[in-house]
Amino acid sequence: MTADLTSLLAAWTDRLAALAPALTAAERPFRTQLTVRTADPSALGETLGVGFPAVPCTFTSGAGAEVLWLGPDEFLVVAPEGVNEEVVRGALGSSRGSVVDTSAQRTAVDLEGPHVRDVLAHGCAVDLHPAAAPAGTCVQTLLARTGVILQVRDGDRVTLLVRSSFAGYLAAWLCDAATEYL
Amino acid sequence: MQLIPCPWCGPREEAEFRYGGQAHVAYPEDPSALSDEEWARYVFFRENPSGPFAERWSHSAGCRRWFNAVRDTRTHELLAVYRAGEPAPEVTA
Repeated sequence: MTADLTSLLAAWTDRLAALAPALTAAERPFRTQLTVRTADPSALGETLGVGFPAVPCTFTSGAGAEVLWLGPDEFLVVAPEGVNEEVVRGALGSSRGSVVDTSAQRTAVDLEGPHVRDVLAHGCAVDLHPAAAPAGTCVQTLLARTGVILQVRDGDRVTLLVRSSFAGYLAAWLCDAATEYL
Repeated sequence: MQLIPCPWCGPREEAEFRYGGQAHVAYPEDPSALSDEEWARYVFFRENPSGPFAERWSHSAGCRRWFNAVRDTRTHELLAVYRAGEPAPEVTA
């Protein structure tokens, strides 16, 4: 028997949806996330079909995958369907490094709307103005005292990756911070 | 809040960082040859200058890398930051 999957923010779906149109917020649960540590990710890039980010605090995307820069030799691969830990570890071959499935560590929340940056500014000190944080920016920082990975996409879209045990708190904070824009 | 320039991530708020004490304290070449007093001096004794001080910092809420910074202990001004493994730069306060 298989248990039904319930996402971390399932209880928050309605309250997050109620923030529209100021802020369209929705969880994107159950994505495969792999923490990759390697000094030379070129072989992995070929297997996944997406180049690894060479510049700190950026992410790359392609072929259904996203690769986030977490450190000079550390990346988070948000993998497409069919790509798992074994596939990426196989691509690593005999070179030094590690691939660990950390899918359960974080959940993702997609934010979109004209007030995305205003809402985030209530709890995040990083400058998210498009001139300072263009599309493709990926920062690890504190949002409302919670450690998050913040991906800036084009067109006022932002994805937050938040630790599982902080997800409910962050959803509550988002609902509160967005109140004045409703 | 003071901004600390992480060598990887750029300027971030002080709250994202952890302090790691004096930098460039070399591990003894042959620890077993040290007397108790010499070992205690290595483990516990640190400089306490009034002025530029090379320290270790960790960007614990960001890239989680350790780096070194030269801080003026009188003004709390960060005079230089550099990555782990790089030599300490010459600074004048």
